[in-house]
Amino acid sequence: MATSATTHSATVAWRPDFAAIANWIQPGSKILDLGCGDGSLLKYLYQERNIFGYGVEIDDQNVLGCLKNGINVIQNDLESGLSSFATGSFDYVILSQTLQAMKHTAEIIQEMLRVGREGIVSFPNFGYWRNRMQVIRGHMPVSESLPYHWYDTPNIHLCTLGDFEELCRECDAKILERRVMNKDRQIELLPNLMGKLAFYRFERK
Amino acid sequence: MPDSNATGIVTPQYVHIDKPLKLKSGAVISSYNLVYETYGTLNTDHSNAVLVCHALSGNHHVAGIYEDKPKSTGWWDNMVGPGKPIDTDKFFVIGMNNLGGCHGSTGPASIDARTGRHYGANFPFVTVEDWVETQAQLAEHLGIHQFAAVVGGSLGGMQALQWTLDYPDKIRHALVIAAAAKLTAQNIAFNDVARQAILTDQDFYGGDYYSYNTLPRRGLRLARMLGHITYLSDHSMASKFGRELRDGKFSFGYDVEFEIESYLRYQGDKFTDLFDANSYLLMTKALDYFDPANAYNGDLSAALKAAEADFLVLSFTTDWRFSPERSRDIVKALLDNNINVSYGEITSTHGHDSFLMNDAYYHQLVRAYMKNIEV
Repeated sequence: MATSATTHSATVAWRPDFAAIANWIQPGSKILDLGCGDGSLLKYLYQERNIFGYGVEIDDQNVLGCLKNGINVIQNDLESGLSSFATGSFDYVILSQTLQAMKHTAEIIQEMLRVGREGIVSFPNFGYWRNRMQVIRGHMPVSESLPYHWYDTPNIHLCTLGDFEELCRECDAKILERRVMNKDRQIELLPNLMGKLAFYRFERK
Repeated sequence: MPDSNATGIVTPQYVHIDKPLKLKSGAVISSYNLVYETYGTLNTDHSNAVLVCHALSGNHHVAGIYEDKPKSTGWWDNMVGPGKPIDTDKFFVIGMNNLGGCHGSTGPASIDARTGRHYGANFPFVTVEDWVETQAQLAEHLGIHQFAAVVGGSLGGMQALQWTLDYPDKIRHALVIAAAAKLTAQNIAFNDVARQAILTDQDFYGGDYYSYNTLPRRGLRLARMLGHITYLSDHSMASKFGRELRDGKFSFGYDVEFEIESYLRYQGDKFTDLFDANSYLLMTKALDYFDPANAYNGDLSAALKAAEADFLVLSFTTDWRFSPERSRDIVKALLDNNINVSYGEITSTHGHDSFLMNDAYYHQLVRAYMKNIEV
């Protein structure tokens, strides 16, 4: 266990997004983390907020990582929905930096609203000024938060803050709170231009 | 590569349980024998015991070899042993032949002390619940008050699941692999064709073939051939045998022509020397009867309310006899009860038999899960 604890704290050190999400979570909550990777976020929330929960993950090595981390994980393709999970069975359903890689974007938001009392989504903001600059220079953006080339990126549905808020309206999701980050700094001024990473907390209207 | 015989020489042990067992069918067995093997050492707290439950044709010989039989490697030797996913350097692992079996525990081929004759067809029907009860008796005999884990594939997975319902405080983890909470109609259909092959064999003699010094070989052979087809995937059969002809050309006859025919006939023949037809009938009925949700109007979530153990549920993509959907049913019911559960869906080409195979990802999952179990 010592090894995985070291890996975990290393992960947390360069993932201020974990802390941003934890900030919204009531202690003792029941959580579903969609696209949970190796379970690092759930493990962090378990340690910081004493949560109970499950991760959903499709990738074999990530599922294995969850088991090594002692995290409950269900190997399942998010694109096929969340039919294993009962309506209203979670306090929070988290989709951390996965939305932009999904085919069924609106459907997963609907499913999050069905399964959870609240949804939490984070995604890289395509409207960030450096991204815009790269497009103006004639290229698809490649950056720390969007580390892929246009031809090998898993990110097929990139959006800006404005785009996501429009999707929420269409999905009858009421936005409760928004947080925009650039590394570990919170961005208040011109968030759609200055923010790298966006976080939203929302519920059913 | 770990040594395939790392467990080394093992010796079966016997216990006579002299306590009447009321079976689910209502019948009572006044006393019975159980044969079992153990691997590793029971720790001083008795907290490291793992029970491995066997499937339809398995038995207590899970790992290691017998001194006089160098080819007698246990059926799950790739999974259980020192340094293996179910690590006997950490765990004390027990394999037991189920009641009604034919490898040493009391079964239809045993002599009924009351009559001095083979039980034969008079051996009562046994269910998964009954097996759990006998396993609990063995645990008591061995001084084990709680299993760190109960593990099983297929019919063995059903036993692991039943353990969590019948003795929720005596099992900390259940590993339910390539299993189902109940058989589908298609699955029962396969079992019945197998049974009909045996029951209609003229050498079956109503189950009393022992008295006639014969065996319903033809029926048992057909039953096993049918079973084998359903344990493999279309893909694995195609890649292993394809349409290969034994002599390279058609011989326009009913002897073996295609390699798959040769394989199935060989497996069928071999099985008739190793397995008792009455036991086969009983085991398939136990499969058919298993349905913990039945007492809850088909509501599996309600049925699993009693469970307290943590679960690892695993399925294999090409397993059509115990398909991933059936494992997902179990997972859903566990989720509904807020039980700690992880589920892995393993990409494999080997069909139902995958659970016996040495697949890297499969073994890594079991290893990682077992490693986190505290003893």
